[in-house]
Amino acid sequence: MPRRNDIKKILLLGSGPIVIGQACEFDYSGTQACKALKEEGYEIVLANSNPATIMTDPEFADRTYIEPLTPEFIEAIIKKERPCAILPTLGGQTALNLAMKLHESGVLTRYGVKMLGANYEVIKKAEDRECFKQAILKIGLVVPKSHFARTLEEAKKAAEDIGLPVIIRPSFTLGGTGGGIAHTMEELEKIAALGIESSMINEIIVEESIVGWKEYELEVMRDYKDNVVIVCSIENLDPMGVHTGDSITVAPAQTLTDREYQSMRDAAMAIVREIGVETGGSNIQFAVNPQDGRMVVIEMNPRVSRSSALASKATGFPIAKFAAKLAVGYSLDEIQNDITKETPASFEPTIDYCVVKAPRFTFEKFPEVQDILGIQMKSVGETMAIGRTFKEALQKSLRGLEIGHKGLDNKVDYRQIPEEKIEQRLREPNASRIFYLKYALQKGWSPDRVAEVSKIDIWFIDQIAQILELENELKETLKKEQNLPDPLLRKAKEYGFSDAQLAALMQIPENDVRKMRLEKGIIATFKLVDTCSAEFEAYTPYFYSTYETEDEASLQIQKSRKKGEPAKKKIMILGGGPNRIGQGIEFDYCCCHASFALKEMGFETIMVNSNPETVSTDYDISDRLYFEPLTFEDVMNVVGVESPDGVIVQFGGQTPLNLARRLQEAGVPIIGTSVEAIDVAEDREKFSELIKTLGIYQPANGSARSVDEAVAIASRIGYPVLARPSYVLGGRAMKIVYDSQGLLAFIDEAKEVSEGRPILIDKFIEDAIEVDVDAICDGQETFVAGIMEHIENAGIHSGDSACVLPPPTISEILLNQIKQDTCRIAQALKVVGLLNIQFAIKGRKVYVLEVNPRASRTVPFVSKATGIPLAKIAARIMVGRKLSDFDLPADHLEQLKHVSVKESVLPFSRFSGVDIVLGPEMKSTGEVMGIAMTFGEAFAKSQISANQTLLKSGKIFLSVKDDDKRAIVFIAKRLMDMGFSLISTRGTAKVLRANGVQVEVVEPYAQGQHEGSALMSMIKGNEIALIVNTPSGESSQHDMRFIRAAAILHNVPCITTLQGAWAAVNGIESSRTKDFLQVRSLQEYYLDISVKKNFKMEIDKCAVS
Amino acid sequence: MKEAILYLEDGTTFQGRSLSSTGETAGEVVFNTAMTGYQEVLTDPSYAGQIVVMTYPLIGNYGVNEQDVESNKIHVKGFIVKEFCRRHSNFRATKSLIEYLNEQNILAIEGIDTRALTRHLRVQGAMKGMISTKDFDGKVLAGKLAQIPSMEGSDWVKEVTAPKKYIWKEEGLVSGPAGPIYKVAAIDCGIKFNILRILTRLGCEVHVFPAHAGVEEIKAIQPDGLFISNGPGDPAVVNYVIETVKKFFGVIPVFGICLGHQIVGLALGGKTYKLKFGHHGANQPVKDLLDHRVCITSQNHGFCVNIDSLSQDEVEMIGINLNDKTLEGLRHKKMSILSFQYHPEAAPGPHDAQYLFNYFMEMMKAHKKTARINV
Repeated sequence: MPRRNDIKKILLLGSGPIVIGQACEFDYSGTQACKALKEEGYEIVLANSNPATIMTDPEFADRTYIEPLTPEFIEAIIKKERPCAILPTLGGQTALNLAMKLHESGVLTRYGVKMLGANYEVIKKAEDRECFKQAILKIGLVVPKSHFARTLEEAKKAAEDIGLPVIIRPSFTLGGTGGGIAHTMEELEKIAALGIESSMINEIIVEESIVGWKEYELEVMRDYKDNVVIVCSIENLDPMGVHTGDSITVAPAQTLTDREYQSMRDAAMAIVREIGVETGGSNIQFAVNPQDGRMVVIEMNPRVSRSSALASKATGFPIAKFAAKLAVGYSLDEIQNDITKETPASFEPTIDYCVVKAPRFTFEKFPEVQDILGIQMKSVGETMAIGRTFKEALQKSLRGLEIGHKGLDNKVDYRQIPEEKIEQRLREPNASRIFYLKYALQKGWSPDRVAEVSKIDIWFIDQIAQILELENELKETLKKEQNLPDPLLRKAKEYGFSDAQLAALMQIPENDVRKMRLEKGIIATFKLVDTCSAEFEAYTPYFYSTYETEDEASLQIQKSRKKGEPAKKKIMILGGGPNRIGQGIEFDYCCCHASFALKEMGFETIMVNSNPETVSTDYDISDRLYFEPLTFEDVMNVVGVESPDGVIVQFGGQTPLNLARRLQEAGVPIIGTSVEAIDVAEDREKFSELIKTLGIYQPANGSARSVDEAVAIASRIGYPVLARPSYVLGGRAMKIVYDSQGLLAFIDEAKEVSEGRPILIDKFIEDAIEVDVDAICDGQETFVAGIMEHIENAGIHSGDSACVLPPPTISEILLNQIKQDTCRIAQALKVVGLLNIQFAIKGRKVYVLEVNPRASRTVPFVSKATGIPLAKIAARIMVGRKLSDFDLPADHLEQLKHVSVKESVLPFSRFSGVDIVLGPEMKSTGEVMGIAMTFGEAFAKSQISANQTLLKSGKIFLSVKDDDKRAIVFIAKRLMDMGFSLISTRGTAKVLRANGVQVEVVEPYAQGQHEGSALMSMIKGNEIALIVNTPSGESSQHDMRFIRAAAILHNVPCITTLQGAWAAVNGIESSRTKDFLQVRSLQEYYLDISVKKNFKMEIDKCAVS
Repeated sequence: MKEAILYLEDGTTFQGRSLSSTGETAGEVVFNTAMTGYQEVLTDPSYAGQIVVMTYPLIGNYGVNEQDVESNKIHVKGFIVKEFCRRHSNFRATKSLIEYLNEQNILAIEGIDTRALTRHLRVQGAMKGMISTKDFDGKVLAGKLAQIPSMEGSDWVKEVTAPKKYIWKEEGLVSGPAGPIYKVAAIDCGIKFNILRILTRLGCEVHVFPAHAGVEEIKAIQPDGLFISNGPGDPAVVNYVIETVKKFFGVIPVFGICLGHQIVGLALGGKTYKLKFGHHGANQPVKDLLDHRVCITSQNHGFCVNIDSLSQDEVEMIGINLNDKTLEGLRHKKMSILSFQYHPEAAPGPHDAQYLFNYFMEMMKAHKKTARINV
């Protein structure tokens, strides 16, 4: 059957902000779905609150709604658009849950909207653990023993019956939020309480622990004709007990015989059929007892998932695209496999390489938290590596993580690690266990003992032992000989050793290793990812490097040239690598846009990236894709085979920028802003000098290379100071310090991050307004595209602060000043491409805080808010266009009639015990956008989207520092007028009462203890609807942290700045208006921007010429 | 470890090393794209006379065990991989793959760019090759290789068929209270154990006959159905089986798999031809034209029946390979004859096509019924 003709308009749900457990893989799947469905001629209505996604680009859907993903707002969209169907299986758990709610409330029936992919009953059967268990048992498969519990008592009873340890999993959550392993009854109580609370239906499952069993995952696709294929099998290196998202995983499964694999495959097919997933992708997790092969079913996702993205990238099989096509009526045998162009999609990929995915953690951002892993996901990103052997892929994946390891190397001296620590680090899963496996072997542990203690399969341990054996052989050889014999050097490369690792072993510079290697002809070869192990000719432009005899990339390049056309100029774009806090989807957005823009201009684009979750690593985004770590060596390998005419380093965040100098020195043509200018902006001394000559204000500053120097600078400019290492992103290790003691502590902490580069010290300007500017410069002229006013004061990392565009409270004079300063800095640096500047306004003075001559995190937000595709224009400028080619308006910001608010989303609930106070180090994982005609509404939408639901009624707890006490009176009055009851601590209450505000006093402490205090029990009893707590300086910052920590635990919104409180009051007021639920698509907003049409024409003209 | 060379008849060479035995071996070089199931591949008699290249680079990961054998010994002439596993892991494993290969004196080499080799075979077609750890001189190897007959025109069935008739005993099998339901005569052209296991489990008593068994010898057991197995080599030269099979058409139900299917095709008057590099793997999509389902199938064949060579009045195509549109299954319009190019017994590979055996059961059931009526 071809496509369904009974539906015309489809509502596609996105997944909202990037959070732990739900990252840009859903932008990848949503974007693929949009493209596939549009190709089929359907009208697409898209809803997503995340502006940094490609899918929310106005050209990907017919109507794009950047609105909160709540049932109320989606209903408003349905009411307005009247779609025939809703596709909820490509937007992660968020979309699935949302569709469930819309069904339950009768909205879908009321408006006659069909669910595509999976219907309500199917989702319920797969997601509700009891239903799922019954379904599995019905088809004769096995699940771990388990009981359901809705109360603590039931949980205890269940645990007694099953026997400790038990696993607690809440029903209906994402990324295992609120789950855990309980070894004792005390742990059980704690985890169970949290689990019941975080479950959408207040239910948990108490389950037999199968910790230590082997864990597998199968990616399944089914069509309406009941054809089922397994796209990929995945085996986890970390056994059961660690969330799959946090495990190192390998594709395909390594240690299953065909018999076992086939019975798992049979089980997966039976499950998909029994659950009744009509069409599309699902994934199913299994655990296998390593002693006897007993297989149990763990869970299934009746939707496209993070693993689907991984499976797509690992095999070349575009799961999301096909899932979308299947949803609208195609069967697998009717869809062509893009890769072979001959064979249909109804086949199972077979691969001739090994894929390793490694998770990227950011525990360094949360020093209070131990890096222990469990069933709740903690990682914020991942990198995937492809090699011909596991050893090669593992080492590539580890160097791709950018955590200071160049492979499976030693960051610490293993001899210094006590035995007990080794044992503990092996036994208890943690972020650096993979390295401890090696340390244990280095200390002389047998592979069997390592396997026994870690429960990691001996197969993996022996592979690691082989890497170590070769390392030892290299060391021994180097003791006797000056150089490595060719076969040994080649073997090392085959085992995935990086030049940097070899350089460390040989004690020579990395460049010398490279030179030696090239002289000996030991060069990387590129192989094709083709879904079929070379059985058919493949047309995918998707490569990975390895050390073999035949290079397929050069063959493909040659072949494409033969056609007689003149060779196209090639531009290579370096991506951002794994997501992490401070560098995520926004940069991938920019890289994709660069590729789109340059392709339109007739360039051949080449993408290099290692992040499987992204759109940029989709093989149809660029002309050729190289799935490689973003290190000097790996990038140079690609340069070697491609010889690009230009390389773009400014779109992928700090990762490629950090490579710029070395690449240039190696003769690689970096286009856009010069490496020298990047250096001026990054080097504090040179930068300071430049700003001084331009006559622009900047906070007093200095850079220190020693402790004494740092202390001297700080005392010269006066505390508080903002201290940070140079060349980092996301405010890594940045801190405001109030005295010399704090400074010394900072320097000690920052050592690891700064890697020998100087420490920067700036005067911290207190209570200043911070402003972010995104601009494009062509070397002469500058276009200020966006000016964003932060809601929180300067001192909070710009990535964590909410911001507003256009700026609501800054005078025209100051805005002009900001524009002028921006232009002058851009011209002085001769920026070619994007530029981001952070300013602070104190009184009438505008200070420059920071200049980044690269794409910034706010580029997609500004693009969505203004309708101007910044990244595309910048990419064109980098290949020689001028700003004047685009006829950009000078007053577009003034012309905007709508207001856009960007709010950040914080991962605190994942890290229990963490204080949620914001500071100069970025902690947010993602962002949302609220767009409306007034600030209040836009802010309210942004808050709803960021999951901090705005309140209608209830008790509000206020406790502010002395400086804020006057201002809080006005806020409190407005809250009182709106009918909220207020409670506060003694000091705040005194001021409020003196000003006629009714407030109840509550004690945060009971006999000096916070546990059991009146306030604490109110929070626990869900009596508090909102907390406003502004902590004062460093010393007293910790006094209320237990309140804030409790707020996270009990899901009570907590505001920590006065500005935030102001905005919240505005938002609450707006959300009470009648028109609040009116929705408008981006396309409609853009109609208001009169300049838009004119501008678009220019872009098109530019593309043709 | 010993240096080794793979020399192909077109002069191409690949360098590798042998971890198992040393010496020389020659055969037709084919690649297999299954990611699991190397033990089944090694012991599949259909690979007799062939050197197998595994496209999945890491082989030996789960060792070898007692159960996953498809015959009593390794049949491949040589084995080529990217990397052999040093330390296997699986609860059923009894020894390592290398030990297993060594025990049976099979020359197996690693360190080969198997993807380059596979691409070469895909583009140039399957060809003869020689693995050597002794001789590295291309001319000498070319000379030796010339002595080896090519696959086309070679009878490999006689090398692998059972020397004498036997009845398959499936250990631990509980058959129905009334004993076996059907008596099946299976002509062993290189039969895989899993076919015997499945038929037995479905209630058949399987009498396995050597390929050269005569018609009368087979008829003597009064079979309810005739099964023609998979096997190695060129189907066109096993006249003795083709002639036997012809005698059963219209007498009892006939069911063929792989080489058995080709033999059925030839016995029906059709022609076979050699595919460029064949189908060897576990992911071949086949559309069953009877119920339109798509099965992911296990396949291992270098020859194919030309559907156009068969009378359309008598024979219909009931299965098609979705990759290259070649014939995958045929059925006689009047007589009880059914055969499939792919492997419903899998081993290795997906179980999607196992239901095909039910067709055979139904045919025998129907036959038994009419036979009873006729009596």
